[in-house]
Amino acid sequence: MSPLSETGVLGPAGVLLVAPLIGFAFGWFLERGGLGDARKLAGQFYFTDLTVFKVLFSALLTAMLGAFWLDQFGLLDLDLVYLPETFVLPQAAGGVLFGAGFLMGGLCPGTSCVAAAAGRIDGFGIIGGMLLGVAAFNVLFDWIAPFYESTPLGAVTLTDMAGISRGAGVALVTVVALGGFAAAARLERPRP
Amino acid sequence: MKRYTDPYLAGVGIGLVLLAAYVLVGRGLGASGAFASVVATGTAAVQGTARAAAAPATAPYLQQGLTSMFGDWLVLELAGVIAGGFVSAWLAGRTRRAIEHGPRIDGRQRMYAAVAGGVLMGFGAKLARGCTSGQALTGGALLSAGSWIFIATCFATGYTLAPLARRLWR
Repeated sequence: MSPLSETGVLGPAGVLLVAPLIGFAFGWFLERGGLGDARKLAGQFYFTDLTVFKVLFSALLTAMLGAFWLDQFGLLDLDLVYLPETFVLPQAAGGVLFGAGFLMGGLCPGTSCVAAAAGRIDGFGIIGGMLLGVAAFNVLFDWIAPFYESTPLGAVTLTDMAGISRGAGVALVTVVALGGFAAAARLERPRP
Repeated sequence: MKRYTDPYLAGVGIGLVLLAAYVLVGRGLGASGAFASVVATGTAAVQGTARAAAAPATAPYLQQGLTSMFGDWLVLELAGVIAGGFVSAWLAGRTRRAIEHGPRIDGRQRMYAAVAGGVLMGFGAKLARGCTSGQALTGGALLSAGSWIFIATCFATGYTLAPLARRLWR
């Protein structure tokens, strides 16, 4: 039964020891997939290179299906995996700002670290900007707090909201993602 | 220089890493949270730990005072990301000191855009309580409602503004 951190197999020190190992593998696959290259990532927004979509959604699909089936077979208790809380408006607004920044910067927070590690100075630029942006948020926090805490829905999933079973939601996301992969293959085909 | 791995293969790899994180530690991947932790530690170093630890914006990151950062799961994880990214790039012959930029701008303009983009992402990720790793990927795979709201508005904005940013990339 897992998560191992919740069943007592992995103590606090063990949990911290796992962190850099998980991170190493994450960074490895990001770099292998070409996600340390800002121009490649920006190509996502011009339909010239859909690597971001392919990597993000194949990773999401793998983890979603894996977690669902491990839960079904009693090997993982999904109720014990940390589910982020939903705050509708601040998360929608945060997504807007983040999307604009992603387009300008061409790298996201994790991939900027990979780019910087491979020697790309622009990756360091993103990292510096990120630190400034977080600091600005903290400085303005008193003003932002009412909005930041607004429209809370708690730790809720799409399937809870739609009133359908988790299995139905997982199947739906899988079908939509597979459709997206097929569309991506057509979109990327060089136009005559 | 080696070619990149097929994106679907890299994606499945990342998905298995995320699954391992759920199974081992009951949480997922992240990046912006580590930045927030570093900023909180920096603030505490400048302002004094007592003041920063009492401020609601930085308090959650300073439970153990100035040493909190080194016991923060996300900071250690992101240190791993940097190491993994470096080793992979190095073994593939892709480590190179350079500024990646579009054909119509120079390195200096690229750096301005990078810093500005970083500021927007830092602020946006705080507001959204996570970034592409913590929300889109980790929360998305758990079907978190807020994560999918973030995915939708993030990419909708990127595509809507893309024609205006064309000069940066194309």
